[in-house]
Amino acid sequence: MKMSVLDRILLLITGLLAAYQIVVGIDKMGNLPIIAYTIAFGALLIAGLLLIILGFDVLDSPIVVIVSTIIPLCIATGLIWQHVALLRTPYILFALTGFAVVVLTRLTPMRNKLPVITLAVVHGIAGMTIFLLPILTSAQAKTPPLFSLVGVGGALIGIGGLLLSFLKTGKPILSRENLLKVLPGLLLLMTICFIIGFMYG
Amino acid sequence: MKVIVRKIRLYIPLIKTLQTGLLLATGIAGYLSSQTPVQIPTLIAMSISLFLAIGGSTVMNMWYDHDIDSKMKRTHKRPAASGELSRREVFTVGMFISVLGMAWAFTLTPFYGLIVFAGWFFDVVVYTLWLKRITCWSIVWGGISGAMPILAGRVLATGHIDLIGILLAASILFWIPTHTLTFSIKYREDYSAAGVPTFPSTYGDAVAHAVIAISTILAAVSIGWAGVLIGLSAGYLRLLAVLTVGLLLLAFATFRVHSERANFGLFRYASVYMLSAMIILAIQAF
Repeated sequence: MKMSVLDRILLLITGLLAAYQIVVGIDKMGNLPIIAYTIAFGALLIAGLLLIILGFDVLDSPIVVIVSTIIPLCIATGLIWQHVALLRTPYILFALTGFAVVVLTRLTPMRNKLPVITLAVVHGIAGMTIFLLPILTSAQAKTPPLFSLVGVGGALIGIGGLLLSFLKTGKPILSRENLLKVLPGLLLLMTICFIIGFMYG
Repeated sequence: MKVIVRKIRLYIPLIKTLQTGLLLATGIAGYLSSQTPVQIPTLIAMSISLFLAIGGSTVMNMWYDHDIDSKMKRTHKRPAASGELSRREVFTVGMFISVLGMAWAFTLTPFYGLIVFAGWFFDVVVYTLWLKRITCWSIVWGGISGAMPILAGRVLATGHIDLIGILLAASILFWIPTHTLTFSIKYREDYSAAGVPTFPSTYGDAVAHAVIAISTILAAVSIGWAGVLIGLSAGYLRLLAVLTVGLLLLAFATFRVHSERANFGLFRYASVYMLSAMIILAIQAF
């Protein structure tokens, strides 16, 4: 499917916003959140640039599943580190292990359902973390109300990531054509939610 | 009036606006990287002189390479190759623009003018007239020439050549193989038809991809080191690091998987990377 000019513009704005977030948006955080968010928004920036350069065909690459796992895992790790001190070490272990297992199950030919199950579990936990944590902390007045927008971004990335990943595994929830129609807008909306959310978080 | 407009339309492709624009951006970034108070008149004069010198050298390339260009699908419609513009006219205009640009550069400061002249000389005389048709190693001299605008911009601001200037120039020098080798892989049949030796045709794709990977690493190290010495903020260093990781991953992807798509992706990304890096270096001045 050919990429329209509007799609390219939306992806360019997404890339620029991700670049802004890397430069300015995470400046006053601790070292680990800075690293985690830099990786997440960096992956988003590079993915946006590659989509603009190579078109939607780049989504056929096996790396897409890995990239679509990096972004939520890193954001979730950063959030846990900032807001749930008790879970810092276990969550980092989960993120590293989850990522390693996703990569392994992607690179090793398997006929069973392990790759899909692994992906669903890792994406599910990371997605729920990003979705629930900001909303809960905002509800408890530990963070400003607008921080809950990070949760909205988390819901969007969860949806986008799962749709992409299941498309890649050959079990599409949404047809390729329909997914590509909404993907640039979804990525932009998600990035805007993250930026505004982190700005007030 | 119509004649003038037509001529301008014919000369625009001869200047290779994207390439000239990118090299001009490196010159501006070199100037702004000094973080001395920005003199707007000097910056404008530098930009115009550099644009004329770079544009002039590109027109001279077109003048000399009209026979090569006419044999390549990609370039055979260029006005100098197709005969829409006479060789004599292209030479005259190319030399006029070049001399104007370099003379202007010398009036700004002789040292700056000398570096601009060196860039023109390496590109037109050493690369185009002498080595391009003889050896694939000519790209080294093309690279040195391409590195001169950023060095010239820095020298104009600081008055001397320093480590940062050398590193910035090195980053362009090492970036150019990433750009030109991916290009020569993509258009290998064109270059072969024109009898121009390239790395892929001389040493094979594997060596060309290895050179791309190594030069990409060296370019990344040079620009990163320069960024640290310039005193880029942590945020801009992070952004530069992210963009560099993207470039390195693509370079290694093309090294491992010799696909047309990966090669094209690297070619385009390398240009985006360099432009972004220049904006990052320049933006710090404000």
